[in-house]
Amino acid sequence: MITVVVNDRPRPTRRGETVADLLATLDVPPRGVAVAVNGEVVRRTDWPAHRLLDGDRVEVLTAVQGG
Amino acid sequence: MDDRFVLGGVEFGSRLILGTGGASSLHVLEQALLAGGTELITLALRRIDPGLPAGLLDVLERCGVRLLPNTAGCYTAADAVRTAHLARDAFDTDWIKLEVIGDDRTLLPDAVELLRAAERLVDDGFTVLPYTTDDPVLARRLADLGCAAVMPAGAPIGSGLGISNPHHIALIREAVRCPVILDAGIGTASDAARAMELGCDAVLLASAVTRAADPVAMATAMRHAVIAGRLASQAGRIPVRRHALASTPADGLPTW
Repeated sequence: MITVVVNDRPRPTRRGETVADLLATLDVPPRGVAVAVNGEVVRRTDWPAHRLLDGDRVEVLTAVQGG
Repeated sequence: MDDRFVLGGVEFGSRLILGTGGASSLHVLEQALLAGGTELITLALRRIDPGLPAGLLDVLERCGVRLLPNTAGCYTAADAVRTAHLARDAFDTDWIKLEVIGDDRTLLPDAVELLRAAERLVDDGFTVLPYTTDDPVLARRLADLGCAAVMPAGAPIGSGLGISNPHHIALIREAVRCPVILDAGIGTASDAARAMELGCDAVLLASAVTRAADPVAMATAMRHAVIAGRLASQAGRIPVRRHALASTPADGLPTW
């Protein structure tokens, strides 16, 4: 197991897990979601291929009222 | 009268842009958006939170509005650029309301960081709508960079103070060729009408509607105010005089 930090919370994760795998385990809205890993945007099309590494900081964002 | 409002190459029938922040519920928000007749709305990106109500995008889709994500909460150009790219991926739009805040008491823009972020985002192919101060020089610099509009604050966000410096808003209208959208500070319908009378092409407001005691009634008022202000700005108002000018002829007045 490795540990990634998702929205500031440590989360044990299987080695080799991708961004898409991670999102499948979270309560994520069906659309309007964006992901950054270590401050870099990981585009939706790259979610299935982008593997997470130990210590990665993942931000999972979605639409809220604002502006 | 041909009075099209074209922003970023898209034609809009409404000159009222509404923010979604501050509404007490999605139901109230939906009713207010419909009452306002708006075709473009702002929204934001935040961390997922299962405790928050879902369905904002469903509401917006039902209302048939175009999405304008913002970069609210960003204090540096780097943060704003990153947020814009995240918003593009989340919402499939390259339109961005660019906010780079410089001070958390006034929420006024940081001019230096704003220019940096605008330049980068224009280069990255975004349709950039920057929230800016009422400084005509800064507005011109943003327009020169290729921003699709400039959006000067009438007064601080959420303050309801109206338009603090109407002369500068009119100067901005003269200084740039792109659309000018009065953004922030609107408190009530007369503020929105005034913005349009000053020559603004549109008004963007949120709190004035979403935090009103009756958001649907205020959204309706804003719809009419923007239309009225626009018509008045095009109608050629009379000059202001210090003394009366009778509207009834003096000729033919009987003598007794």
